[in-house]
Amino acid sequence: MSDTFTLAGKEFRSRLIIGTGKYRSFDEMKSAHRACGAEMVTVAVNRVPLDRKTESFLDHLDSAMQILPNTAGCFDADHAVRTARLAREALETDWIKLEVIGDKVTLLPDNEQTLEAAKVLVKEGFIVLPYFTDDLIMAKKLLDAGCPAVMPLAAPIGSGMGVQNPSNLRIMREQLPDATIIVDAGVGVPSDAAVAMELGADAILMNTAIAESQNPEQMATAMKLAVEAGRLAYLAGRMPKRLYASASSPIQGAIK
Amino acid sequence: MRVQINGELRDVPEGISLQTLLEHLSLSQQRVAVELDRHIVRRADWTATNINEDAKIEIVHFVGGG
Repeated sequence: MSDTFTLAGKEFRSRLIIGTGKYRSFDEMKSAHRACGAEMVTVAVNRVPLDRKTESFLDHLDSAMQILPNTAGCFDADHAVRTARLAREALETDWIKLEVIGDKVTLLPDNEQTLEAAKVLVKEGFIVLPYFTDDLIMAKKLLDAGCPAVMPLAAPIGSGMGVQNPSNLRIMREQLPDATIIVDAGVGVPSDAAVAMELGADAILMNTAIAESQNPEQMATAMKLAVEAGRLAYLAGRMPKRLYASASSPIQGAIK
Repeated sequence: MRVQINGELRDVPEGISLQTLLEHLSLSQQRVAVELDRHIVRRADWTATNINEDAKIEIVHFVGGG
């Protein structure tokens, strides 16, 4: 079945976008990346350490993968905009995962600053993929600002708690049937990824769930399958939930 | 003269260009970007851009992240 996923005019076969943080080694990261089948990978922008040669982190990524720089670590719109511009200059890509964090403890997004940064970056020609709280009205504002997709969280970054508010995702899917919704952050296990996809997410971005597992390559494979399973289930359409049983076998005709 | 590079105060030769500064710091120049006093300096302009006293310079590259 051909079920590709198009983002800002680019077609992807995989609905999994993968991070590059927290891996115990480059080899572990590379094998996980291969196993999960992702075609896009996100990297962070950071100050170069002075007075020593550092090898380029990017050399450890499969050259076929699209690199999506992110603005992780930014706490206001101004820093996020500057970081995005630096990323574009260094990588010659207009793509940016916009992340403006509001608080160091929860790492929850600052939606207001995110919207402000998104407006500036869209005007400058960036393809802005914003991470934000799973809120329909905010999603609408980000789409109106010209973001080609929105990236609501499932749960706080690195928490592994899974989809904390399935109703919000359902509402977002139903009210924004044409929008591209990528669940970003909070997935812990494959069933979380499957749930997000069953609720109608178009794709999932994850990092810690794979990187912090005991065997990232195996977990990456499990996540790939879960994303595919969830997607297929969404397309197939789930059975209705009922409070009472509904017999699968005929009741009449059973021997007495 | 004194400048600030990635938050660290450094003494560098008077009127040094960005290009020379990067060589001076022995940084890899592949896939890095430079901001001088909050404005990006394109790679093509590194040689022609001289740094003034008290300049604030940010040099970034890419690291693992999610």
